[in-house]
Amino acid sequence: MLMYVVRRLLQAVPVVIGTTFLIYFMVFSMPGDPILAMFGDKTPSPAVYDALAAQYHLDQPFIVQYGLYMKDLFTGNLGTTFSGEDVGTVLARTFPVTLKLAAMAITFEFITAVVLGLFAGLRKGKLFDNITLVIGLILMSVPIFVLCFIAQYFVAIKWGWASPTVGADTSFSNMLLPAIVLALSLFTTSMRLMRGTVIDTRSRDWVRTAYAKGLPARRVIPVHVLRNSLIPVVTNSAANFGVLMVGATVTEGIFNIPGVGNTLYQAIVRGEGPTVVSFVTVMVLAYVAINILVDLLYAVLDPRIRYA
Amino acid sequence: MTQETNVTDYAEPLVSIKDLEIGFQTGNGFVQAVKGVSFDIFPGETVAIVGESGSGKSTTATGIIDLLPSNGRITGGSVMFGGKDLTKASKKEIVEVRGREIGYVPQDPMSNLNPVWNVGFQVREAVLANNMAKSKKDADKRAIEVLQEAGLADAERRMKQFPHQFSGGMRQRVLIGIGLAADPKLLIADEPTSALDVTVQRVILDHLESLTREKNTALLLITHDLGLAAERASKVIVMYQGKIAEAGPSLEILQNPQHPYTKRLIAAAPSLASQRLKSTKVSVTEAPQGDEIDLAAASAHRHAVVDKADHAGAPAIEVKDLTKVFSIRKGGFRSEPFTAVDKVNFQVPRGTTMALVGESGSGKSTVAKMVLGLETATEGEILIAGKDATALGRAEMLEHRRRMQPVFQDPYGSLDPMRSIGAIIREPLDVHKVGDKKSRQQRVNEVLDEVALPRMIASRYPNELSGGQRQRVAIARALALKPDVVILDEAVSALDVLVQAQVLQLLADLQEELGLTYLFITHDLAVVRVVADDVAVMERGKIVEKGNVEEIFANAKTEYTQKLLDAIPGANIPLGA
Repeated sequence: MLMYVVRRLLQAVPVVIGTTFLIYFMVFSMPGDPILAMFGDKTPSPAVYDALAAQYHLDQPFIVQYGLYMKDLFTGNLGTTFSGEDVGTVLARTFPVTLKLAAMAITFEFITAVVLGLFAGLRKGKLFDNITLVIGLILMSVPIFVLCFIAQYFVAIKWGWASPTVGADTSFSNMLLPAIVLALSLFTTSMRLMRGTVIDTRSRDWVRTAYAKGLPARRVIPVHVLRNSLIPVVTNSAANFGVLMVGATVTEGIFNIPGVGNTLYQAIVRGEGPTVVSFVTVMVLAYVAINILVDLLYAVLDPRIRYA
Repeated sequence: MTQETNVTDYAEPLVSIKDLEIGFQTGNGFVQAVKGVSFDIFPGETVAIVGESGSGKSTTATGIIDLLPSNGRITGGSVMFGGKDLTKASKKEIVEVRGREIGYVPQDPMSNLNPVWNVGFQVREAVLANNMAKSKKDADKRAIEVLQEAGLADAERRMKQFPHQFSGGMRQRVLIGIGLAADPKLLIADEPTSALDVTVQRVILDHLESLTREKNTALLLITHDLGLAAERASKVIVMYQGKIAEAGPSLEILQNPQHPYTKRLIAAAPSLASQRLKSTKVSVTEAPQGDEIDLAAASAHRHAVVDKADHAGAPAIEVKDLTKVFSIRKGGFRSEPFTAVDKVNFQVPRGTTMALVGESGSGKSTVAKMVLGLETATEGEILIAGKDATALGRAEMLEHRRRMQPVFQDPYGSLDPMRSIGAIIREPLDVHKVGDKKSRQQRVNEVLDEVALPRMIASRYPNELSGGQRQRVAIARALALKPDVVILDEAVSALDVLVQAQVLQLLADLQEELGLTYLFITHDLAVVRVVADDVAVMERGKIVEKGNVEEIFANAKTEYTQKLLDAIPGANIPLGA
């Protein structure tokens, strides 16, 4: 299994190089001069301009700039933002917030999907199945910002159950509302997957054998149907988790959460090359790590899966 | 558990089934599968229900303890057990009966154990569900005991293993253990051995028999094999299209069948026939689809034909020192060589049939794959009509394949469901660019005639055909290129007895007519006797015995062959007819 993890990590190397190269190239090609942008309305003297260009290697060709950047990246230097702050420090501040929000949202999403999907599958074609399908489709089709505004207006402002924005206080209770909104917007696919697998698993031979042993349904369902149906849902929820780790930009924006998505969005708007590339690199690594973890989780769910 | 069994009057039936009717809700409306079935099972008695797939035998068995699929429903009749009508029992009452009073052993050991729980867990579950143990420790002890009784000697060590680490025979033992975990009064065994090798089948059935006798458990055995039923049960019930065709003491049914369907079944069972099939071209072309074929009556010596065979020329297939070594991964970068086929030698003279028999894992299918060129040989030569087939280039390989065509086991899996029958049969002609469009169409019609299928079937799709018809299509596809050699890899194993008899007869006719050479891979020695001229017995990659079929059957030299022969169910039952 160790070999498997090492192999998967090695596979991540070309992925990281490929994505950083692409992002770096795109930021490089963005219109506008970053040095002029740093001075805003003022215009620097040619001497200052040249000095800055040399300092940031902007006078070098693209490929050299990229190489120098990668060298810095692997020595732990993620560069500085335009406001002079170390990008590493910014990441250390924002990433835990996003991670917490994503973990909360995915926990709600997973539980909702598994529970509703299980019962929908057991009651295939009945009222409960149809109701969850309709509600799920509505929540999936409505754009996320609409869900955010509705939640903000009713839950926070009208009923006063939560504060409308998160701000600096990123405690569990304060982030509950955005996490639930994210979960609601995501759970439908997982729920439908769960429902389908449950319907399939329920007619499997070992389920009949379990009934033949004399087990009541209240034991057969959790032990022989639920566990066998989890793999597709775990896959889907994990993919969702990966997406959320990259930052739920819209939701973080609306609820004013100081997470990765929000910061990245502002960096893109300002054309802060190093910030954007460093953030993306870390996100790619996080995404790869989650996928490896999920693959390892399969082996826990299904003993037939072994990694060598 | 109750001790009532001991005081029960033995004249009273344990289970009494009266006019049982079961139907299924399908896409085409409600289909009645069981139409008024009545029979009794007495304590300690073994009763067998025999019939082909779709006869309603499994539905009847699962209907007794309400294990029908979700679209199935009991629509009439009664199942009296212990003074209660099980068809009217509540869910709770049924759960009480299942496992504890009536055990169940399912058909396919591969799919009937939950792959994500270890074996010990699944047996313990059965023990605990029926209050056979107080604590988890007691349950463990009882589970080990149950598995040992079912014939799993090293049960204790294996408790923590998962089903995929068990062979089919071992899984079936686990399922038998589960079925008997609570000492039920009746055990329903639904084709408990049809997925297993014959020798394993025999051991399992012997074991089941002695266990049920020891515990005085009644046994309801569901099977498609009349020979097996007659050998194991005191009473046989023959089911046909949802009704009981005939019922009575086994020997009587076998020796003096009254119902025409039973007569057909007995005639078609290869285990009960005794000689090589010869061509009965007349009967096949004139008899309409689905009519009876009498394997026993059609059997005759083929010495004349075999002698006529072209022994002077090069044999159609000659295999010299054929060896195949696979490397099996052992985790990490380590791997270990595994010799699947070990220095195999045989010859198949032109126009004859050579059967390659052995249990699963004996390497017989690997030989077939190498002869077909689907797997490369590690060592050795394969000569097809005197030409070495192991050292062919791409173009030569194509030509080689044209002269040699396969027919595979599963008629459901080997036809592309998205293509019409005509397109499926025509495909090899297209690939090999034989003739023009018109002549290819002509050839499709010809081969359809040869396999006795109506020409109009060409525009239909595989899902519209029965299993037997599909296997005919697979044979037609193989014949389309006018091959010299046909490799049949378990080509009749998945078919019902009557259909199997038709396909076997068809193969015999085609061989006579077209001078085909067959390499017939099978695990079923009963089939070998009716189709093959020569036989080679494989065990663990080696040919342990080969020779003329009649000689081997009369006088097997190795213990292994004798074991395989003895395992043919019902082979030693004298037929009255």
